[in-house]
Amino acid sequence: MSKEWQERLQYWAPYAVTPLLVLAVLPAMGFTAWVTLTVAGFTMGMMLFLVASGLTLIFGLMEVLNFAHAAFVTVGAYVTVSVLRPLGGWTADPSLTLNLAALLVALVAAAAASALGYVFERIIIRQVYGAPLRQILITIGALTVIEQLVIVVWGPEAIPLPKPASLRGSIFLGASSIETYRLFALFVGLAVAAAMHLVLTRTRIGLVVRAGVEDREMVQALGYRIRRVFVGVFIAGTALAGMGGMMWGQYQTLVTSQIGDGMIILVFIILIIGGLGSVGGCFIGAILVGLTSNYVGFLAPKLALGSNILLMALILLWRPRGLFPVAGH
Amino acid sequence: MADAAEALLRLNGVYTDIGRYQILYGVDLSVQRGRVTMLLGRNGAGKTTTLRTIMALWKARAGAITFDGRSIAGMETPDIARLGIAYVPENMGIFGKLTVRENMLLATGAQGFAKDHLDRVLAFFPALKLKWEAAAGSLSGGQKQMLAIGRAIVEPRRLLLVDEPTKGLSPAMVDQLVEALLRMKKEQTTILLVEQNFRVALAMGDDVAVMDQGRIVHSGSTAALGNDDELQQRLLGLSMAVGA
Repeated sequence: MSKEWQERLQYWAPYAVTPLLVLAVLPAMGFTAWVTLTVAGFTMGMMLFLVASGLTLIFGLMEVLNFAHAAFVTVGAYVTVSVLRPLGGWTADPSLTLNLAALLVALVAAAAASALGYVFERIIIRQVYGAPLRQILITIGALTVIEQLVIVVWGPEAIPLPKPASLRGSIFLGASSIETYRLFALFVGLAVAAAMHLVLTRTRIGLVVRAGVEDREMVQALGYRIRRVFVGVFIAGTALAGMGGMMWGQYQTLVTSQIGDGMIILVFIILIIGGLGSVGGCFIGAILVGLTSNYVGFLAPKLALGSNILLMALILLWRPRGLFPVAGH
Repeated sequence: MADAAEALLRLNGVYTDIGRYQILYGVDLSVQRGRVTMLLGRNGAGKTTTLRTIMALWKARAGAITFDGRSIAGMETPDIARLGIAYVPENMGIFGKLTVRENMLLATGAQGFAKDHLDRVLAFFPALKLKWEAAAGSLSGGQKQMLAIGRAIVEPRRLLLVDEPTKGLSPAMVDQLVEALLRMKKEQTTILLVEQNFRVALAMGDDVAVMDQGRIVHSGSTAALGNDDELQQRLLGLSMAVGA
C-alpha cells in the first residue's frame, strides 16, 4: 500500500469504527432489537455528549482535570426537580406545547449549573492551574462537598422526576419499539452538537477556542486573553453538564445525589477514547460508549459493567492518544 | 549601532529564571526603529529566552524592558502583543488543525482581513495562497515558516520577534525566506531576529548582538562583525573566511 493510501486510511479509520460496530452486531441479534438498541445507544451517547463536550474543552484549553464536573450534572438534575414541581400541571398535560414550555423553563437548571460553575472557577480552579495532582484532589473533594450540600438542600431520598406526558410512551418502527423521550433526547443532543459545531467553526471565539486547545501560549502571543476564554468555556461546559443532568434525570425518571457520579466515569472514558481536547472525538466517543453499553447489555449482560473499559483499552491499543488526538495533549 | 535613545525596544539588566535555573544574567539590548537587529550566539546562550522574556512568556525576575519608552516588564503576554509586537517562535506556533486562512485570521482584528495587508503577505509568500484552505498541519516545514511569518505581519506591527526562521529548512527554502525578509527590511520593518545561520545574519542584519552564557557580550554593526574574522572566531567560534 502506498504511503498516501496509508495516510488516508489512518485519517478515515476512526470515522469507520461506529458504522462497523453498528453493522457487526446486527447478525448477533434480531433486526427489531437491533433498531431499538441502536436508537437507545445513540440517545445515551447524545446525553453523555452534553456532559462530556464541555469537559473535553476545559481540559483541552487549560489542562484542567475537573472531577467535580459530575456535581454540575447533579445540581442540574435537582434544580430541574425544583423547577418542574410547581409546573406539574404543565408536564402532566398531554399538550406538547405545554410540555415543551415546561422544559424550556427547566433550562434554569443549566443556568444554575453555569452560575455555580463561574463561582467554582473563581474560587477553586483558579488556584490550581498547572498543578494536576492538586486539581485531582481539590475537585474530587469539591465533588463530595457539593453532593453533600445537595443532600442538605433536597434531602437524602431519591426524588421522582416524571417525563412530560407527551414524551412518555413509545412509537413503533415496524416491530421495533422506540421510546418517545429517547427520540426527543436524540434530537436535543444533535441540536446542541450542531450548535456547538457552528460556534466552533464559524465564529471568532470558536476559532480562538480551537487554537487554544492546540497551543494556548501562541494564542496569548497573538493578543488573546486565554484565561477569559477559558472562564467562558468553563461556564458553557458546566451549563451543558446541568442540561445533561436535566435530560438524564428525566430519562431515568429518578434523581439521586449520585446521578452525576454514575455518568462521570463514562464521561472520562469518552474523553480518552475521543482524544483529550477534541470535540469531534468526544462526539464519536460518546456514541461509541452509548452503543457499546446497550449492545453488550443485551448480548452479554454480565459483561455490561466492564464493556466500556474494554472498549477504551482496545481503542488505546490501536491509537494510544485516542481516535482524534489534539496536538500537545 | 545607532544611538540607544532611538531604540524602539530596550532591555536593561534583565534576569530570567526558568524553574530553579537562571538563564539570563543581566541582558542589555536595544533594537532601533526601522532596522534589523540580529541576535546571535551558540546553543544555550539565552537567545530564545530573551525573546520569550520580552513577550512575558517567561517572566523577568529583575531588570527593565521598555517598548517605545513605555515599561512592559510585568505586563501580560496578550497586552504586549496588542502593543504591536509580533512573535514567531522557534517551533513556529502553527495551529495544525486550523486552515492557513484560519491561522492568518487569528492574527487580525475583529473586522478580519484588510485586503491591502493580506495582498502584501500573499505577495511575499505566494505558496500560502495555493494552500489557503488546507490544514496548516499538512504544510511543509518551509511553508509553515512562511505561514508563521505571514501571520505575524498580516496586520501592521511595530516590532517583529523571529526565532530561528531558517532552522531545518532546505537551502532553496532558506533563500525564499531570506528574500521575503529582505523585502520587509526594505519597508523599514523593525525586526529582532535570532539566527544560527551566519550567512543569513550577514545578509539580513543592520545591527548585531551576540549572547553568551545569558549575557550580551558584543553589540555593533553586522557589517563590522562580518569583516572581522578574529572577532567572529572569538564570539561565535566561526570564520566567514573558512565558512564561505
